[in-house]
Amino acid sequence: MHYVSQILPSLISGTGMTLSIFFWTIIIAIPLGILVGLGMTTNFKPLTWLINIYVWLMRGTPLLLQLIFVFYGLPIIGVVFQRYDAALFAFILNYTAYFAEIFRGGLQAIPEGQYESARVLRLTNWQTLRKIVIPQVVKIVLPSIGNEVINLVKDSSLVYVIGLGDLLRAGNVAMARDVTLIPMLLVGVIYLLLTAVCTLVLKRMEKHYSYWR
Amino acid sequence: MLELKGITKKFGGKTILDNIDLTVEDGKILTIVGPSGAGKTTLLRCISGLASVDAGQFLLDGKAFDPATNRDNAAVIGVVFQDYQLFPNLTVRQNVTLAPTMVLKQAKQDANEEADRLLTQLNLRDKADLFPYELSGGQKQRVAIVRALAMHPKLLCYDEPTSALDPDLRREVQQIIVKLRDEGITQIVVTHDIPFAEAIADQMLRVEPKD
Ligand SMILES: Nc1ncnc2c1ncn2[C@@H]1O[C@H](COP(=O)(O)OP(=O)(O)OP(=O)(O)O)[C@@H](O)[C@H]1O
Ligand SMILES: [Mg+2]
Repeated sequence: MHYVSQILPSLISGTGMTLSIFFWTIIIAIPLGILVGLGMTTNFKPLTWLINIYVWLMRGTPLLLQLIFVFYGLPIIGVVFQRYDAALFAFILNYTAYFAEIFRGGLQAIPEGQYESARVLRLTNWQTLRKIVIPQVVKIVLPSIGNEVINLVKDSSLVYVIGLGDLLRAGNVAMARDVTLIPMLLVGVIYLLLTAVCTLVLKRMEKHYSYWR
Repeated sequence: MLELKGITKKFGGKTILDNIDLTVEDGKILTIVGPSGAGKTTLLRCISGLASVDAGQFLLDGKAFDPATNRDNAAVIGVVFQDYQLFPNLTVRQNVTLAPTMVLKQAKQDANEEADRLLTQLNLRDKADLFPYELSGGQKQRVAIVRALAMHPKLLCYDEPTSALDPDLRREVQQIIVKLRDEGITQIVVTHDIPFAEAIADQMLRVEPKD
C-alpha cells in the first residue's frame, strides 16, 4: 500500500497526458470528421479523390508509424513540431480519417427522400443539414464512434514512441526501476476506469437518442 | 392557375415527357393517370421542382417561374410523397412547424397554433407529440398533408396517395382531398387507381409511355 501511494503521483501525471491527448483529439477530430465525411459525399470528383487518398493513407498504415513520421520525418521538410504537438497532430489526422469514414456511412444512410421533402418545404441546405440530417446521422453513427473513442483511450499509449510521458510510460518506468509488475497492474486498472467512464457516457448518449426510431 | 407549356423531359436521350401542355385552374383537382413507367412521377417531380426539364415553360398565375430554383414564398408547391418522408427525429408537431418557423419566419407560437388547428382538422390532434414511428400509414400520410398545408401552398401535389392504404383509408384520403378543394386549394394527384382518380378529378391527364 505504501508502494502504491509512492508511485501513484507519477501514474496520475501520466494519466493527465493520456487524457489531454484524448480530449483534444476528440474535440478536434469529430467536427473535422463531419466536414471531411460531408466532403466525401459531394459530387466534386477532385475533392472526393483527395479525401479517399487521405483516408486510405491514414487507415492503411499503423498510427505508430504516422507518429514517427510526424515527429521525425516532417522536420526533414522543415516542419518542426514539439513532441506534444506532433502527437496531437498525428492523432487528429488519424482519427479524423476514421471519423470521416463513419460519418460518410451515416450520411449515405439518409434516404434521398429526406432531402427532397426538405427541399419542397424550401428549407435551405444548411437548415436541412442541421435539423434533419445531422440528428439522424448522429444516432446512426453513435455506436461506431463509441468504438473509436474507446480505441483512442488505448491508442493514446502510442505517444511513448516520441518520448512523451503518458500513463503507460509512467507505469513502465516504475516497473523497470522497482522490478515489479504492480505499477502495470495499476496502469491496467486506470485504463479500465477510463474506458468504463467512456462506455457509460456513450450509453447515456445512445439512450438520449433512443426516443425516436 | 398553373400552366405547363411544351414540357419535355429526357433521361439519357430517352424522352419520357414529350411536349406536355396543361392548364390547372385554381381550386381544381387534376389527376394524372397512366400505366407504370409512363412518366407520371417524373411529371410531378418536374412540377414540384425536384427534377429539371429539358424544354418548356411553367406559368403560375400567368407569370413564368422555374420550380427547380423557385424560392419565392408566394409560389409554394407542396408535395405529399408516396412514402410520406416525415422527419423521424421530429415529433408530428415539429414536423409541421419546422418549415413555417424556419422558412416563413413565423413565430413559434403562431406556427404551433396553426399546426394544432390543421392537425385537429385532419383528426390528428392527439398525435401531435408522437414521433412518426408511432403512427400508422394513414396517419403518417395525413401528417404529410398537414406538413405541406402549413406552408400555405398554391398547389398541392400527391404521388400515389392511395397505394399503401386499405379501402377505408382510401375513402378517407379521398374525402380530405375533396374537402381541401372546397377550401380552394389546387391539387394534382398522380395515381394508377382509376376509380379513385375519376371520383376526385375535375380534370384528368393520361400519360402514355413513349417508345
Ligand atoms: N432518375 C432517372 N433516371 C433515368 N430514368 C428514369 C429516372 N426516373 C425515371 N426514369 C424513367 O422514366 C420513366 C418514367 O418513370 P416514372 O417514375 O415517371 O413512371 P410512373 O408513371 O410514375 O410509373 P409508376 O406508375 O410505376 O410509378 C421510366 O421508364 C423510368 O425508367
Ligand atoms: Mg410513379
